[in-house]
Amino acid sequence: MPEMTYRDALNLALKEEMRRDPSIVVWGEDVALYEGSFKVSRGLLAEFGEERVLDTPISENTIIGVAVGAAMGGLRPVAELMTVNFALLAMDQIIDHMTKIRYMFGGQVNLPMVIRAPGGGGSQLAAQHSQSLETYFMHAPGMRVAYPATPADAKGLLKTAIRDNNPVMFLEHELLYNSKGEVPDDPESLVPFGKCDVKRSGTDITIVAYARMTILALQAAEELAKENISCEVVDLRTLAPLDAETFVASVKKTGRAVVVEECWKTCGLGGEIATRIYDGCFDSLRAPVRRVSGLDVPMPYSRKLEKLCIPQVADIVAVVKETMAAKY
Amino acid sequence: MPEEIIGSCAVKRLNILDPQGNADENLLPPLNGQDIRRLYELLVLSRTFDGRALALQREGRLGTYPSILGQEAAQVGSAFALEKSDWVFPSFREMGMHITLGYPMHLLYQYWAGDERGLATPTGLNILPICVAVGTHIPHAVGAAMAASYRGDRNAVVCYFGDGATSKGDFHEGLNMAGVFRAPVVFICQNNQWAISVPFDRQTAAPSLAQKAWGYGFEGIQVDGNDIFAVYRATRTALEKARNGGGPTFIECHTYRIADHTTADDASRYRPPEEVADWREKDPILRLRRFMTQRHLWDEAYERHVQEEATAAVDEAVHRAESAPKPAATEIFDYTNAELSPRQQRQRKEVG
Repeated sequence: MPEMTYRDALNLALKEEMRRDPSIVVWGEDVALYEGSFKVSRGLLAEFGEERVLDTPISENTIIGVAVGAAMGGLRPVAELMTVNFALLAMDQIIDHMTKIRYMFGGQVNLPMVIRAPGGGGSQLAAQHSQSLETYFMHAPGMRVAYPATPADAKGLLKTAIRDNNPVMFLEHELLYNSKGEVPDDPESLVPFGKCDVKRSGTDITIVAYARMTILALQAAEELAKENISCEVVDLRTLAPLDAETFVASVKKTGRAVVVEECWKTCGLGGEIATRIYDGCFDSLRAPVRRVSGLDVPMPYSRKLEKLCIPQVADIVAVVKETMAAKY
Repeated sequence: MPEEIIGSCAVKRLNILDPQGNADENLLPPLNGQDIRRLYELLVLSRTFDGRALALQREGRLGTYPSILGQEAAQVGSAFALEKSDWVFPSFREMGMHITLGYPMHLLYQYWAGDERGLATPTGLNILPICVAVGTHIPHAVGAAMAASYRGDRNAVVCYFGDGATSKGDFHEGLNMAGVFRAPVVFICQNNQWAISVPFDRQTAAPSLAQKAWGYGFEGIQVDGNDIFAVYRATRTALEKARNGGGPTFIECHTYRIADHTTADDASRYRPPEEVADWREKDPILRLRRFMTQRHLWDEAYERHVQEEATAAVDEAVHRAESAPKPAATEIFDYTNAELSPRQQRQRKEVG
């Protein structure tokens, strides 16, 4: 398998799918001539032309709204929001229309559309440009949310998202774009939605994570292994649908769980995952489920303060050790 | 350097048929006697449908209902100009459009009675479900038009909304996008002067809505919305332009909401009765009847026949709507996604 970056894996997924299906169009701010603010749409305009790769005015709500209309009209639009933060401007179209239209139309139309949105913190982009809004989307029935951690998952999940007949919120972590990994070059190699990936096997404790937090969890597991703590790292890959079966089975085996989430702790997805664990295997638990989360403050601009607000490897290591030491 | 004028906006208004039923012969659209009688029958049917809806709501047989009284010409006249293949994105006060395009009236009654199956558009009709949220379907219409143009379809897209919607971001963003991409879409605004209790001059400081199109780089026109010939002519012209690659058009139908905003409203608390009385004089059905009388297309016997037919059709629709079998509660899950999540599947079992 060739090695490539998360960015190039996403780019290849777009190209392969657009070559396969002429109904796929890419619309958004700076996606064509500028090739995307994170260069994920590099080469698309040159290969597919401005009929299919379209720079739009700065109107996030309407970028999503026209994609909804185009999806109803038989296209498979991939709309790019320059960052997930701008999804807040489009929440009415996303929540009230994109996720409800199939229901309100009695199943008469499918909405095969994808919203790609880079997000997450760690680049010193401060309060309004560093947010982790994943739980906002997970909350809405009808929404599918993918958030890959590795280049291989990025490619496989994006291809699945584009072929899906449901609307998909496809989140990408800005700090992962340059990360490298092996990626299958078979254009038919897809990663299914609703299936966690056990990224590391272990016996003492389960760490449930997603996106960049999976990478940090793997680093923490490596350090903890030196202290003879064997961590199993479960990567959610899609936040909706949520594959509780896999992480519950893991916790049944290990008896302990820590959830790592980049988003704010209050109403964060860690609460949902902890509940699923309690519902699914309360009797197997040897300690309460703990959460490592973003602090409940707007993201500070200062590099040091920003680090304080986002879960770090050391935080995960500390909470895992505390969970291991807990006596009940 | 002196200041110079770099652009100016002329706002056009089209009137063909005056309240006394006199028409401008040069502007009359090419409609024969049969077409004109058909238009009249659709206006009467729409008003009969509407009156019955209000009565049913008062009897508790329908939910909250927005009357179309006084706006029938804006709806029937515009819809009559459409081709079967054109797509329509309606708001919630366009039942005259539905009836004109042959949407089954029993489905409309079912919908307004709270049965969402009434929005299941029969095959062959390209009418999207009613958008109750104000103006949020404008971007959808633009997107559908962009899709049509990408695929090389020759159909146009029509989007209906009211004067209140023109204050929404969706309107400004949507029209801007339509202008930029020259989308084959016709925006039909029924300016009925009132958004619930808020009058036109609180939606905009501009003297017309039509002129807003100028700012988005395409043509806007105001028509007398109670003049069915003006509405028909303007819509037909705009549709032809859209189909021939000429881009979007904005049509402001200047009309009036004679009734309350909905059955949950009492407009007499905020509107002067003289204003309503003035607009009753400009009634769209009355003026078409006057025109038809002059042309020997209308007499008492014809009127009786039209009224009887409309009443019978409405009776039949009410009967069909009220005898529809009840849906299963589990249907609330069935259309949320093409595939249900594991949790939705469990919840569906619990409900069923």
